[in-house]
Amino acid sequence: MTTAPTLLLRGGLLYGETAADLLLEGGEIAAVGTDLEAPAGAEVIDVDGCVVLPGLVDLHTHLREPGGEEAETVETGTRAAARGGYTAVHAMANTTPTADTAGVVEQIARAGESAGWCTVRPVGAVTVGLAGERLAELDAMASSRARVRVFSDDGKCVHDPVLMRRALEYVKSFDGVIAQHAQDPRLTEGAQMHEGEVSAQLGLAGWPAVAEESVIARDVLLAHHVGSRLHVCHLSTAGSVDIIRWAKQRGIAVTAEVTPHHLLLTDESVRGFDARYKVNPPLRTQADVEAVREGLADGTIDIVATDHAPHPADAKDREWDQAAMGMTGLETALSIVQSTMVDREALSWRDVARVMSETPARIGRDEDQGRPLEAGSPANVLVWDPRPTTVVDPAVHASRSMNSPFTGRELPGRNRLTVHRGRVTVRDGALVEG
Amino acid sequence: MTESTTPVPDRVRILGPEEIRRALVRIAHEILESGHGADDLVLLGIPHRGVPLAERLAAQILAAEGIDRPVEDLAGSLDVTMYRDDLRQHPTRAPSPTRIPRGGIDGRTVVLVDDVLFSGRTVRAALDALGAIGRPSAVRLAVLVDRGHRELPIRADHVGKNLPTSRGERVHVELAETDGEDAVVLARPAGEEETR
Amino acid sequence: MKHMISIADLSREEAIAVLATAEHMAQTQSRSIRKLPTLVGTTVVNLFFEDSTRTRISFEAAAKRLSADVINFSAKGSSVSKGESLKDTALTLQAMGADAVVVRSGSSGAAHLLAHAGWIDQPIVNAGDGAHEHPTQALLDTFTLRRHLRPGEPEAGLDGAHVVIVGDVLHSRVARSNVLLLTLLGARVTLVAPPALVPVGASAWPCEITYDLDEALGQGPDAVMMLRVQRERMVGGGFFPTAGEYSRRYGLSTARAAALPEHTRVMHPGPMNRGFEIAGDVADGPRSVIVEQVSSGVFVRMAVLYHLLATDSREDAR
Repeated sequence: MTTAPTLLLRGGLLYGETAADLLLEGGEIAAVGTDLEAPAGAEVIDVDGCVVLPGLVDLHTHLREPGGEEAETVETGTRAAARGGYTAVHAMANTTPTADTAGVVEQIARAGESAGWCTVRPVGAVTVGLAGERLAELDAMASSRARVRVFSDDGKCVHDPVLMRRALEYVKSFDGVIAQHAQDPRLTEGAQMHEGEVSAQLGLAGWPAVAEESVIARDVLLAHHVGSRLHVCHLSTAGSVDIIRWAKQRGIAVTAEVTPHHLLLTDESVRGFDARYKVNPPLRTQADVEAVREGLADGTIDIVATDHAPHPADAKDREWDQAAMGMTGLETALSIVQSTMVDREALSWRDVARVMSETPARIGRDEDQGRPLEAGSPANVLVWDPRPTTVVDPAVHASRSMNSPFTGRELPGRNRLTVHRGRVTVRDGALVEG
Repeated sequence: MTESTTPVPDRVRILGPEEIRRALVRIAHEILESGHGADDLVLLGIPHRGVPLAERLAAQILAAEGIDRPVEDLAGSLDVTMYRDDLRQHPTRAPSPTRIPRGGIDGRTVVLVDDVLFSGRTVRAALDALGAIGRPSAVRLAVLVDRGHRELPIRADHVGKNLPTSRGERVHVELAETDGEDAVVLARPAGEEETR
Repeated sequence: MKHMISIADLSREEAIAVLATAEHMAQTQSRSIRKLPTLVGTTVVNLFFEDSTRTRISFEAAAKRLSADVINFSAKGSSVSKGESLKDTALTLQAMGADAVVVRSGSSGAAHLLAHAGWIDQPIVNAGDGAHEHPTQALLDTFTLRRHLRPGEPEAGLDGAHVVIVGDVLHSRVARSNVLLLTLLGARVTLVAPPALVPVGASAWPCEITYDLDEALGQGPDAVMMLRVQRERMVGGGFFPTAGEYSRRYGLSTARAAALPEHTRVMHPGPMNRGFEIAGDVADGPRSVIVEQVSSGVFVRMAVLYHLLATDSREDAR
């Protein structure tokens, strides 16, 4: 960006470790060091005591456009992303029409570019219309101007083993990855919540852990067999963590993600039948929460991804079994990771940079994202103040939807500054119009 | 009773056990003198304290008539909870049992018995409750204390003690059967305004 | 008590108070005039998203015996079947001035939502929500049982009694409410079902679970409660191979009933699949209290409406 201003960020803690100044100029990090001199015309921003990270990258966002503009648009969703500290999001393919052609993915990428709040990388559908029957034109999407590298039927599982095998094989030719929504459809017919003590009591149809674990087990074996890389979306059970750990020990090229909500919430939340807690995969037990935290801490789980899933109020103000599944997450993700992982000393800020920026950028093949905080890197930067706390209020969120499960919770941390390609998109939690 | 500026004691005993006993003996004789023999009578106490009072009156009547029959043949209880018109102004009231003596009430004289007559609304409810059970030839009302302040055109046929009160005061009837001792006490809750 | 949503919300004292009031209601129903003026001037709405003529009629009779006006709002032929949401229906009822809403829904949690979502201020009575709860059914079952096991004791619980509940526990809101209420009142409960019809996670319930009906009946329970097999809810299928095999292993046959102790009562919430979960002659036999359960239903629902409506419901009530 030629119009990017010159900024000198004074006194931030790079990766939460060492205090240094950061000079951003011409859309790049121009210099890193102590007591840097401010060039003429530069704005000096004191970020003393704040953590400086590469801009966050979300591998799993639902922007809802085209077709679901009542819930979110590329514009509102990327505003929400910027507020959350993100400089890139991967927009899931379950739109209307489905993002299963070069035309649709290019349209989404273009909308992201013109919104300008963060980089939008479209995810392509694996199968036509997410129907799970035949492969979409994956190569056409990969070689389009949207340069799609992540393919997913998210919301639905590629449950046919032959189709999954073919997809894994096919994307190898252009370095793509299949991001699997692991859910056996037969084991989850009519399923409403995690199957366990709470579902038994509430009389809601159970969603067994095995419905997720059996698909992950099959897929890692398939990936191993055909020598492809596999990404597992929103893993939610202790058993899934075990399977990924086993697969990695065998050298299988699998990566896995966990959502912020699965790091914090359990099926106990369902007791009030408040559909804001309805999500796919469902909230699990405390033991599962402990296991995914441990998996994230020891590297078994590679990344945190939001699965930001906005819904209009009417889709949630319903009986539990008629309500939509999904939660918003972009604007609360880092606060949740800070409170569940960093403040408990399970992750360092250096680790946060890895799981929320560097690794998701690498999985998604986002060359300009998750780069080291050093001279020459693109100026995609987040400055995060971990000290203040905020009570979550979706009314002040930039997302068009209100379905945050964290409403009313006091969470730590505040976005001091998001810089996307050298432009300040957020300052002190507020969006900065370009 | 006019407002007094001197401090009112919290509780004043109006009647003691002997005075209550005499009042009930008198009422029992009044009932018999009003022209009804024991065969024709049913005494129905209104829970809670009207019930033991009805039983005591029945025992007096049977003794005075020299009849050797159980009290339960003459006295019973009539719960009026479901017929009250003030249910939505109070926390839930637990209903009490209704027990009608074996012979029923059709064609007989029913004497309703209660401890205190105040607004008259309980008696109104009792008359409605009675109507659902049968058709007495006459209904009379006996109370231990009439404290005034009627809100309905209802009066007692037999009264143990007429006791002028102010609205803010409370009249407590205590009976050996329910409270361990017989007494009528006038109480004034400390600091309570004279409103109902 | 503001609502009647779940037995889990009740204390033992509250449950006993409702049952005692129901005894009182039963007493009033033998009078020459059965209608009580208690709820005159109030309006009770029966909001039935699921067909259930029996339950609706029972609530309707209960409300009318207490002189309440009753409005029936059933799914069929109403705006509900035209896609109107629970929220819009609730807002409509609030605007119309309903004093209480009796709601039956196929969705677990519907009554809870209606009570707590802020759409409507009035007392809500759960007349069955999905596979979650059916509290008035449990109250009427307990009421019936108590009359047989603890006659003349309106303040009694069911301490020491043993109740066996048999059948499709997985889909049964009746079983869930009964396990909670019977154990709240001190009874011991044994659930009997084929393994696939026992919910995963039911091991945390305060009851025993067995797959062997004959073993459970061999303990000489005080009551055997047969559940309706809800074949229409058998999503995914395969819960048991055939009706015949189910009936042989889990049906209350004439022979099984004959082997029970004399005092054991047989119950069924209805509607029955005669000859499937229960033999016809057992349902009609001397130990069956199934018809009595129906009349108990009216008394218990009168008591519930009384406790919710004949009271000062203001927050600052004395």
